[in-house]
Amino acid sequence: MTTTLTRPVAPTAPPVARKPANRVSRWQIYLPLGLYLLFTLVPFYWMVVFAFRPRGSNSLLPWPVTLDNFEHVWTGMGFSIFFQNSLLVGVASLVSTTVIALAGGYALARYDFRGRQAFLIGMLCTQFIPGAMMLIPLFEIFRTLGLVNSLWALVIAETVFQLPLSLILISGFVKNIPIELEQAAWVDGCSRLRGFFAVVLPMLRPALVAVGSFAFIHSWNNFLFALMFVNEQDKFTLPVGLAFTIGEFSADFGALAAGGVVAAVPVVLVFAVIQRYLVQGLSAGAVKG
Amino acid sequence: MRVARSPRTPYVLIAPAVVAMLGFLVYPMGSVIYYSLQHYDVTQPWDNGFAGLENFRVLLFEDPLFWQSLGFSVKWVVVEVVLQLLFGLALALIVNETFIGRAVSRALVFSPWAVSGVLTTGIWILLYNPSTGIFRYLADLGIGSYDTAPLADPSTVFTAAVVAELWRGVPFFAILLLADLQTVSGDLYEAASVDGASRIRRFVHITLPHLKDAIILSTLLRAVWEFNNVDLLYTLTGGGPAHQTTTLPLYVAAKAVQSHDFGYGSALTTAAFVVLTFFSIAYLRLSKFGART
Repeated sequence: MTTTLTRPVAPTAPPVARKPANRVSRWQIYLPLGLYLLFTLVPFYWMVVFAFRPRGSNSLLPWPVTLDNFEHVWTGMGFSIFFQNSLLVGVASLVSTTVIALAGGYALARYDFRGRQAFLIGMLCTQFIPGAMMLIPLFEIFRTLGLVNSLWALVIAETVFQLPLSLILISGFVKNIPIELEQAAWVDGCSRLRGFFAVVLPMLRPALVAVGSFAFIHSWNNFLFALMFVNEQDKFTLPVGLAFTIGEFSADFGALAAGGVVAAVPVVLVFAVIQRYLVQGLSAGAVKG
Repeated sequence: MRVARSPRTPYVLIAPAVVAMLGFLVYPMGSVIYYSLQHYDVTQPWDNGFAGLENFRVLLFEDPLFWQSLGFSVKWVVVEVVLQLLFGLALALIVNETFIGRAVSRALVFSPWAVSGVLTTGIWILLYNPSTGIFRYLADLGIGSYDTAPLADPSTVFTAAVVAELWRGVPFFAILLLADLQTVSGDLYEAASVDGASRIRRFVHITLPHLKDAIILSTLLRAVWEFNNVDLLYTLTGGGPAHQTTTLPLYVAAKAVQSHDFGYGSALTTAAFVVLTFFSIAYLRLSKFGART
């Protein structure tokens, strides 16, 4: 099951039929790949070493392992609060983006209604609206709504910026599910809503994973909105906390690295799990053209 | 086939998305244009009021930083997108082959994509700093000198920022192009190699044409994204030294966050949006997106 999932479009050419002359030799793969892996992993490693090794050590191995830096950033510098805030914003954005995009994406895929085309074009246009450019007007709106210094401002802004792509992804996936499956459920006496939950929703799992994790990762990582809309330290998210660590405590590299590890671990883990769904989902989209 | 039992259902389903996007995307965009015609400075409220095109006049004729930051934005976007595309394409081609350790390699080389701009800054500050960074250890090995400080030196700060952004940006192209590579029919390659076409010829005549639209779309999305993205430069260089690495959105963010001059900031925003829209249309036209090859 798991191996077939990564290749939704099965290559029709059996590998055995290839002539040896056409094959890439091993070193042509492993040499450039190894070099690139070095470029990718050394920076991560550097952060881990600085986070775990004792202060004043010059070793390139995180040994002896110490958690002093983590204790310092977690309790002393407020990263436990930043972490909670980021988690709250991330999960709330994930839920709201997924639910709104699920409803809208289903409507776009299954109904032909007046204004559908205009909506699709409008959605494409929003892709060119820059986040940094929206800082000023969004700040004004949130001030009117009394949401400055509220984490809900971040949830709303994140959700809105994630919606267009999420709607496109989900409606693409719904289109790929044969409507006959749903009709069979209706014939069996299911309402449209029950048919949706029984038939469509289970098949949308890869799409929901992709959309949800996109939303989570983006809001977890967002810096500018959090910097602009939130000024109280107990409402900071991790990127803002991290930016202040970079700015003010530039001599404390252990704290910077430990804060970085705290910020990196959740998203890198999420991403490691979903990346194959991601390639699969985008690949399925490409087939439709 | 679409079955509409009640004509109201699709509108009810799509309403939350429409309301959210009208309220927090379309309306703000309109208000940016409105503010750009106003004097609106939070720190000097007594001067607030209608300004006409005054902000744009200042912007075009009296603000060298506007032109400088626009120029740097263009340089930044071109260098980043071209390098990210080349490395990303190479990487996609490599991890599309069959080899032992492929799944792990994919997960590892794609992973910087999930990392935020601020975190990228944190990591690369560690690597670049003369006392904590990699150059000290390289100097121990006899490579380079001990006082290499890429972020402090005006002659290397651009390269240093480009490399850091490259680290995070290449996976985007690698993921997108890999997804598209997996839709190339194996039959085509088979037929071509039966006809004696070399690897390079197959790449040029089969792979590249197949990837054309994906490349056009991903470079456009990435160019817009790199143009707009401020997280990395804001925290890594702060636009410095001496505004050398200030992009237009970074300039806008500085105006909005630090000096609270919303009127002029909105005019800058409007100018950037116009530049971006014209660029996008021209790029899609000139690259013949969607045209058959």
